[in-house]
Amino acid sequence: MQRLKEWNAAAVADVVEFRGETTVIVPRQHLLAVAEFLAGEPSLRFSFLSDLSPVDRFPLEPRFEVNYHLLSMEKRARLRLKVRLPGKDAVVHSVTPVWPTANWHEREAFDLFGIQFSGHPDLRRILMPDDWEGYPLRKDYPTEGYR
Amino acid sequence: MDKLDSAKTERAVVTAAEPPAAQNVMVLNMGPQHPSTHGVLRVILELDGETVLKADPVIGYLHTGIEKSCEAKTYSQVITLTDRIDYLAPLSNNLGYCLAIEKLIGIEVPKRAQYARVLLTELTRIASHLVWLGTHAIDLGAMSVFLYSFREREEIMKIFEYVSGQRMMTSYFRIGGLALQPPPGWLDRVRRVIDSLPGHIDQYEDLLTNNHIWIGRTRGIGILSADDAIAMGVSGPLLRASGVAYDVRRAFPYSSYDEFDFNVPTQTAGDCYARYLVRLAEIRESIRIVRQAMPKVPPEGPFRAEVPGVIPPAREEMKTSIEGLIYHFKIFTEGFAPPAGEVYQAIESPRGELGVFVVSDGSPKPYRVKFRTPSFVNLQSLPRLAVGQLIADVVACIGTTDIVLGEVDR
Repeated sequence: MQRLKEWNAAAVADVVEFRGETTVIVPRQHLLAVAEFLAGEPSLRFSFLSDLSPVDRFPLEPRFEVNYHLLSMEKRARLRLKVRLPGKDAVVHSVTPVWPTANWHEREAFDLFGIQFSGHPDLRRILMPDDWEGYPLRKDYPTEGYR
Repeated sequence: MDKLDSAKTERAVVTAAEPPAAQNVMVLNMGPQHPSTHGVLRVILELDGETVLKADPVIGYLHTGIEKSCEAKTYSQVITLTDRIDYLAPLSNNLGYCLAIEKLIGIEVPKRAQYARVLLTELTRIASHLVWLGTHAIDLGAMSVFLYSFREREEIMKIFEYVSGQRMMTSYFRIGGLALQPPPGWLDRVRRVIDSLPGHIDQYEDLLTNNHIWIGRTRGIGILSADDAIAMGVSGPLLRASGVAYDVRRAFPYSSYDEFDFNVPTQTAGDCYARYLVRLAEIRESIRIVRQAMPKVPPEGPFRAEVPGVIPPAREEMKTSIEGLIYHFKIFTEGFAPPAGEVYQAIESPRGELGVFVVSDGSPKPYRVKFRTPSFVNLQSLPRLAVGQLIADVVACIGTTDIVLGEVDR
């Protein structure tokens, strides 16, 4: 945490501690740089992306949150990065260049939330059929579906 | 960045370097109703003769919207859905979800329940690995192992039935502890099964480990390097077969796993044979853990925590005290409201790191539940395993990734 702030204080908007877990809120324009730093920095080595989970805060703005759960096997540490995205312009840079495993996670986030990942190599639906309408895990999507 | 680029160029080279062969490229659809995909996995293969040039898994045929359903249920009701995510290891899923909610509220689970949880999830791991071994062996033509391993699995299923009333969809772990008092004599049944297991494992090893056909079908097939495995987010036996000794039970102990003495088996070859060896060694380690857990589980004592308003009171108390009755009524009508916040809890399921991410907004229903299922992430590595192999070996590659499609699609 300290190292991240030393490296670039502008990349850390806020830090939240809850139940022993650290969440770093990152402005979206800094996300890719932060990811590269955390994965490459020898004293941190967050080389494993466990999970990527979006949350829809509808009707609040900024509407979407994307949570990146990082794991450092060497340091036995976990860290959560959080990026907030406005509903009208839900675009964030893909982290696939840093963690190739994000490929399917981001496809799932696109499929179920409609979040766009710029620079993603193959952004198409993964769980729902290709011709599906709407994004099922959004809060304004009814549980029974539109039809 | 390098890894992704090299993967891209590799693929481009394979298709661009052989322009005459491009005419011979055949696109073959495998699945979704293919017996060796263990469910409804579809793989689109591009073949040059019998060699795989490209493999593209297509998933979602079993998508049931479990994460969406969770948002309309109370925290306790979600437990029954977790069984159905990975139907070969329901207790592991129960455990992951319950630990996440316990972390969110801050509940300390009684030791008796913790040890019983360890014991039962290790039995789940054995049962799940036995199903994997049997189905994988039948894919590769070894019929008899399937019959043997299902016989042993059935004995473990009988223990689950005796303890929880259900063979598969147990829902036996609840927030704060266990659903029911473990029945008398259950440990004797566990001991009987556990004592017979090592001999059976030796029997499987006799059939397979030095079997020429088995080695021919698995050794050197579907190699995954350690760097690739970490880059692809692969966890569980797949990762350990590539030489990375990462096990959530060891790295981030939960439910008193730090009090148990066990090894994390690894192999370095990273091929299908290494994954087979790792899983068999894991069965033996699980047997060791169960043996250690049996004397630790006290015969008497609380089997769930006492947190009024969150955990249902004992039946007796509900019938005799007015507070108990009120709490019982409130918990089963409107549920309980944990503090607003978010937690991520990971456990080592038989297939790898099962993560449960729960977001609470302070209401009695979870705002968002995300299951980071190991099968979903591990399946992503299938193209890496299968490209360059023969089409018959794709079956071996799918088999050793040990996917459960319910967990992939959720």
